[in-house]
Amino acid sequence: MLKEVFRNPTKWSAMRQLIFKEIDDLIIDSLGIVCFISFFVGGVVSIQTALNLTNPLIPKYLIGFATRQSVILEFAPTFISIIMAGKMGSFITSSIGTMRVTEQIDALEVMGVNSLNYLIFPKIIALLLYPFVIGISMFLGVFGGWIASVYGGFASSNEFITGIQQEFIPFHIAYAFIKTVVFAMLLATIPSFHGYYMKGGALEVGKASTVSFVWTSVTIILSNYILTQLLLT
Amino acid sequence: MIEVKNVEKSFGDSKVLKGISTVFDAGKTNLIIGQSGSGKTVLLKSLLGIHSPDKGTISFDGRIYSELTPDEKRALRTEIGMVFQGSALFDSMTVEENVGFPLKMFTNKTDAEIKERVNFVINRVNLINANHKKPSEISGGMQKRVAIARAIVNNPKYLFCDEPNSGLDPKTAIVIDNLIHEITVEYNITTVVNTHDMNSVMEIGDKIIFLKEGILAWEGTKKDIFKTDNEAITDFVYSSNLFKKIRKAQNKED
Repeated sequence: MLKEVFRNPTKWSAMRQLIFKEIDDLIIDSLGIVCFISFFVGGVVSIQTALNLTNPLIPKYLIGFATRQSVILEFAPTFISIIMAGKMGSFITSSIGTMRVTEQIDALEVMGVNSLNYLIFPKIIALLLYPFVIGISMFLGVFGGWIASVYGGFASSNEFITGIQQEFIPFHIAYAFIKTVVFAMLLATIPSFHGYYMKGGALEVGKASTVSFVWTSVTIILSNYILTQLLLT
Repeated sequence: MIEVKNVEKSFGDSKVLKGISTVFDAGKTNLIIGQSGSGKTVLLKSLLGIHSPDKGTISFDGRIYSELTPDEKRALRTEIGMVFQGSALFDSMTVEENVGFPLKMFTNKTDAEIKERVNFVINRVNLINANHKKPSEISGGMQKRVAIARAIVNNPKYLFCDEPNSGLDPKTAIVIDNLIHEITVEYNITTVVNTHDMNSVMEIGDKIIFLKEGILAWEGTKKDIFKTDNEAITDFVYSSNLFKKIRKAQNKED
């Protein structure tokens, strides 16, 4: 499938419009939910950490440290991607699947359009912007943690910010973004595959969306494990 | 002209087409008729290149499809217009964008030239005040007109229609049939229509081929249908009460 996606490209003037449309559908439309979830989960991570620091000898800046580590290393890249497997993934599978059921893909093929390139290539290009979404998620997660920590009375602003800066390893950011790029490719291709090759009617579109969510999540979790093993150990 | 020579197609153990040979002439509305499961759709999809025949050849004005390079096949497909059973209009596009799609993809026309051509074909299929509507906002009959407009916008040499009347009321079905026939004659297109609607057969059937269990059981014109003694075609045609009555009336006249 992937080989065909890059063969016989669609005319650039049409492809440019498709790419902008996919950026709007997949990236811009996801920002709201990503921002909302990141902010509040960051806040919850911060509160949970604070509530578990019962020993007075443990410094309060650990709240900021734990929030930063949780959000940057796992929550933003991995868990937001799993949430996106549900949102973007089912959107991709159901939209391509509906085109299959209603013969729109056959119409493209009969006209001489490489339907794999026309439908999937713009999604892959649009998802190259996915690391920006995760960058925003990282920022808002930590910001949510700071708000919850300071206004909840668990730590002062200075303590939280000291925690954020404590033992900062820049490679962790690179690690998170390397994972993000891999997850973006999984998010673009697995749901597209399940939509494009589905057979049947409207009921099967729903089933294909569910199966695609399961497989995308499983591959994200497995590749997360493999990448962590390769990059951090 | 499309020439079909000894085409066979199987799916697993089931042989769907058993050596079909026929010719579809330019400027004529050629109909493929037959019961469900007779192989009509498989033959149409084989003509379109969606299925590859196991045996035999299909040639488009001398160009044998199976012998063409991928680039030549793609070029040939730009000469084909197709009206799908469910119209297959692109949901995300307006009527105007749907009709202009083949021009945008395969020609170097400017936006103004595309708009002019799109408006011309939209008027040709008698669509009024629908340019900026989405397919979901127009009726089934209008969707069929849009599908026809999209199929002819790039001046195709070959037009294929899969059950163009399905889901339409009889009056609209006749309008769509006549539109297909007029366009075929006007632009000298080789048109192949897959149908089991006997009204279509009687309205526009310049040439009719009748498939039964994957075999070409009969071919002729709409006039020949009432004269033939071929049991296969008479069984099919007179399974309709309406046609039984027509036959009775004709017998009385004779």
